[in-house]
Amino acid sequence: MLIPFSWLSQYVDITLPPDELAHRLTMGGIEVGDVITRGGWEGCVVGYVRATRPHPNADTLTLCEVDPGDGPPLEVVCGAPNVAAGQKICFARPGVTLLNMHSGRREELKPASIRGIVSEGMICSEAELEISDEHEGIIVLSDDAVVGAPLDDVLGDTFLELELTPNRGDCLSILGVAREIGALTGQQVRVPDVSYPDSNTPASALARVTIADPDLCLRYTASVITGITIGPSPDWLRDRLTRAGLRPINNVVDVTNYVMLEFNQPLHAFDLDAVTDRHVVVRRAADGEKFTTLDDVERTLTSDNLLIADPAQAIGIGGVMGGANSEITPSTTNMLLESATFHNLNNRRTATELNLRTEASQRFEKGLRPELAPIALRRATQLILETAGGEAAAGIIDVFPDGDKPVASVPLTVRRLRQVLGMDLDIGRAESVLNSLGIATRRSGPDSLEAEPPYWRSDIAIEEDLIEEVIRIIGYDEVPTTMLSSPIPYHRSDAMTTLKDDLRDALAAAGMQETISYPLVGPDELAKLGNRVADYQQLLRVANPMSAEQDVLRPTLTASILNTLAYNRGHNHGGFRLFELGRAFIPQSNGLPQERELAAGVMCGPRHEANWLSDTESLDFFDLSGTLSTALNRIGIAVSLDSQDNALFHPGRAAGISIAGDMGIGVIGELHPDIAAAFDLDAEPVIYFELRLDDLLAAQLDDDKAASRFQSLSRFPAANRDLALVAPAEVPASRVRQLIERVRLVERAELFDVYDGENVPEGTRSLAFHIRFRAADRTLTAEDVNRAINGLTRALEREVGATVRG
Amino acid sequence: MTNRRLRAERSHIPLTLRQGAAYNFASLILLQRIIVYQALTQTPSAESISELASQALAELDAVADADEAEHWRVAWLGRRGEITGLLRSIPQLEAELRRPVGIAANQAKNVLEEAVSRRIRELAQAELAARGALDVTLPGRSVVTGRLHPTTQIVREVCQAFMAMGFSVVEGPEVELDHYHFEMLNIPAGHPARDMWNSLWVDYVNEDGQQPMLMRAHTSPMQARVMERQEPPVRVVVPGKCYRYEATDATHEWHFYQIEGLAVAEGITFADLKGTLYEFARRVFGDDRQIRFRCDYFPFVEPGVDMSISNFVDPVTGRRPINRDEDWIEIMGAGMVHPRVLEGVGYDPQRYTGFAFGMGPERIGMLKYGIDDIRHFYRNDVRFLRQF
Repeated sequence: MLIPFSWLSQYVDITLPPDELAHRLTMGGIEVGDVITRGGWEGCVVGYVRATRPHPNADTLTLCEVDPGDGPPLEVVCGAPNVAAGQKICFARPGVTLLNMHSGRREELKPASIRGIVSEGMICSEAELEISDEHEGIIVLSDDAVVGAPLDDVLGDTFLELELTPNRGDCLSILGVAREIGALTGQQVRVPDVSYPDSNTPASALARVTIADPDLCLRYTASVITGITIGPSPDWLRDRLTRAGLRPINNVVDVTNYVMLEFNQPLHAFDLDAVTDRHVVVRRAADGEKFTTLDDVERTLTSDNLLIADPAQAIGIGGVMGGANSEITPSTTNMLLESATFHNLNNRRTATELNLRTEASQRFEKGLRPELAPIALRRATQLILETAGGEAAAGIIDVFPDGDKPVASVPLTVRRLRQVLGMDLDIGRAESVLNSLGIATRRSGPDSLEAEPPYWRSDIAIEEDLIEEVIRIIGYDEVPTTMLSSPIPYHRSDAMTTLKDDLRDALAAAGMQETISYPLVGPDELAKLGNRVADYQQLLRVANPMSAEQDVLRPTLTASILNTLAYNRGHNHGGFRLFELGRAFIPQSNGLPQERELAAGVMCGPRHEANWLSDTESLDFFDLSGTLSTALNRIGIAVSLDSQDNALFHPGRAAGISIAGDMGIGVIGELHPDIAAAFDLDAEPVIYFELRLDDLLAAQLDDDKAASRFQSLSRFPAANRDLALVAPAEVPASRVRQLIERVRLVERAELFDVYDGENVPEGTRSLAFHIRFRAADRTLTAEDVNRAINGLTRALEREVGATVRG
Repeated sequence: MTNRRLRAERSHIPLTLRQGAAYNFASLILLQRIIVYQALTQTPSAESISELASQALAELDAVADADEAEHWRVAWLGRRGEITGLLRSIPQLEAELRRPVGIAANQAKNVLEEAVSRRIRELAQAELAARGALDVTLPGRSVVTGRLHPTTQIVREVCQAFMAMGFSVVEGPEVELDHYHFEMLNIPAGHPARDMWNSLWVDYVNEDGQQPMLMRAHTSPMQARVMERQEPPVRVVVPGKCYRYEATDATHEWHFYQIEGLAVAEGITFADLKGTLYEFARRVFGDDRQIRFRCDYFPFVEPGVDMSISNFVDPVTGRRPINRDEDWIEIMGAGMVHPRVLEGVGYDPQRYTGFAFGMGPERIGMLKYGIDDIRHFYRNDVRFLRQF
């Protein structure tokens, strides 16, 4: 919304510089996005085109004899098709600085020879004056412009560009903004007179209005004007509409637009002679009813859409757009002017469904008060009489089913002001602020009042609304600053939130970088993981996706983190260790999806940055499994891995991750080469893990009952032995270790060598352990240790067929 | 004289050659003993002891390594060393000579002992230095470290600021019901304020023909969910992901985080809102910041405001001027919880009051770290992520 100062100042005196005014409005809730100054055209004047003749050397150019007002006429070459003798135009002499349309820069205008004729200046378009991008035609000024007058005085203006919140629809009008300025600066607001001379014939004798669906049309007022002459609007009206960004059309339509910008009430003019029986019926459309709007689009309606109709046909969509069949034409002589109040939510729904968010619907949808309709109607009738002549019927037609209900007043008490704001405000001060906003008040007690929401405001319904009105004008700086003194609620931290925080810290400390990715993925991404189309159709999708690549709520983190990895491999060098915590969405038959908290991680690339000290091996399974175990261990979770194939992984290089009690909590493995290739990650092995945090949490909570007990430190020395075992190749190393650690006196067994070459029988491998023995209560003797070793070799032999290597 | 010349020659042998000179040194000691013997066959005097000590020190200067120094020590100060012998011979001296010779001999012994231990330290130091110096400028062995995503870091910092003021952290679903996302927040169906949240709707139609689920566009729905399940007092902050149907550019992302806050109890006022958010701003941005509130609109608060912090630092004064609009940066929306929201969850709005606020951690991060494009956050380029 652009608010020109030239128009605004008709209703209120502007006593502050534009920037200061913009600041005050912004602080009060009417945000000014920009203050635009138009002008600064030093040396440009109003010129008069005395005569024109064709350019002898160019068909598209015209030679104009321009009177600059202070000297002899000058010869000017003009390329605009709309230039004509008798026009007042914007004239720039050589020496003036203007935007050069060819270079795009501001340059000094120089006398130039155009096709052999020297042009002694330029007739400007809006583009050269930087008013708009329009450069096809020149600006034609109104006839009352004084030749020789500085152009700044004629076209210069200052505009407020407003960024309104949806509750302040009233400031979609110039008067609304003027009222706001009046309250903020202590100035009186001048509301235009809306009276006009009328005839003896009552309007109700010339036309009839019926509201068939009063739930959707709260009030319908209309005036009837006969004998009008359709033509262009007077210059002042055209100028105002143009400045506010609207295109002038004809005097009647321009007046309806003008009054809409002035009072905020959209109006519509019908050719009365096109209305069958001169009877307007406001009714719901029939389902499937077709109607062609002013923009020549045929629209199919439903019974949720409100029509303005006559007994024979529809003539408009209520509060959205009129119809071609009843619009004002150059030959219209009798008209019916509509000023109605439509149900805001229904209006918005219709406009949204039809994709017709018009100037009118933008105002109706925010809710207009029925009290506004007749005021704007009278104002528009007055201006139509002034610009199009004719005669207005006496009175107006006013159908207002709920008209007898009084407007509810809103109370305000000092007690509530204190309760909400935390400050003591005198009721008198509150009252004067409300009055300055045009809100009428009446004292209901020594510390209370009743306020009446004015007809232009539809956002004041409860006491808190009044409190806001008061404090936004006074300013929030006046509210004291205090700390909360109410009781602090018992703090119970959420277990999942805590787990996620701990896990993030532990993974980062173990060398992994956290990433956060978009939870919407596309079917292509999922196909790369080997998902079938049928699977994809089971997933939760977005009804209005922004792109086909992001239309599925992800069922897994895999694609996300592989994409992140692929992106980074394309842009950076080195090894990557990435992890992400996020949610996967599992549809439920009813209601919200299950949001499954997952953690996923990848490793890929060289283990070390290129370095003079280090090896150049790639990160492998054991880097990730070790990192993950370390990180989980850090937060008190001991995991074990068991070989477990999974379509995601390289056969034989994948494991299930479980915690004590054999509860599976995730998977880890080397990505299947086909899947890696699909993500362009086939150059080096990619190791991936995924953990289900809800399972992890459940296990951790179970564990918590026993865990985290301090274990006393033995003060007796340990005895260390190394033991090489030969075990069948299929026996997992973790199983052997478990068996060793189960033996009494064994404190810890550490695998330090795995060998399956020469000297080891086919089908077996050698596993060598450092074993540490310790007792809590004594120093171990050699016999103690030997007995323990004998015990564990027997157990190993029995359980897994492992023997001590000779 | 002979041995002095010999020693003088030796002292000119370059240090690097001395290691091969062990044999020469042994013969030198033999020679020296002969001389000492000659000296001792005469009656010792303070002068002769001093000369002897000088001779010993000169020889000590010439030793090339710790082994030679040890030989020297044995030869001069050992059980059969010359000085030891001298000291032992004192009782046999004439009575009037014993005292001056004794003093001189003891002094000589002390001087030589100190000299040899110093010499041994010097030699040991020189040996370490010669053993192999490091190019200390070579890059060291690095340890891989990871970092948290900057959003995680900011979310934590913000939440911790509020936790210090008695707030708890709760999370909520990312896919929400229209009911909690809009209805319970005083934004009924069709309300024009719904345009403030361009929503991504979930492709699911219920039995009533409605599309009731959406990707949440704010974390405010947790206001209603939290209040529904507990009685006042309430103090929570709700961090989480949000989504909007929005074209992305340097300052807009369709996927972002929001941190919502809510405090409801008897007696909570707008003044408390100011104090709480001021304290937050000081903790997160520093205590030279000022805050400012202006009227704004969110359907679930009344009065509604947005909060700005003073931003620009004047390069001359080092202060943050606050007299122009561009000196302020808007960082969050806030307000007093709308009575209809309280009524909706069964709280009595005449008894309980409260405030709510919401902010975007990415925006806070951009301000704190000078990040110029919000799209960096979720592109996950490690060159970006490793900076935080």
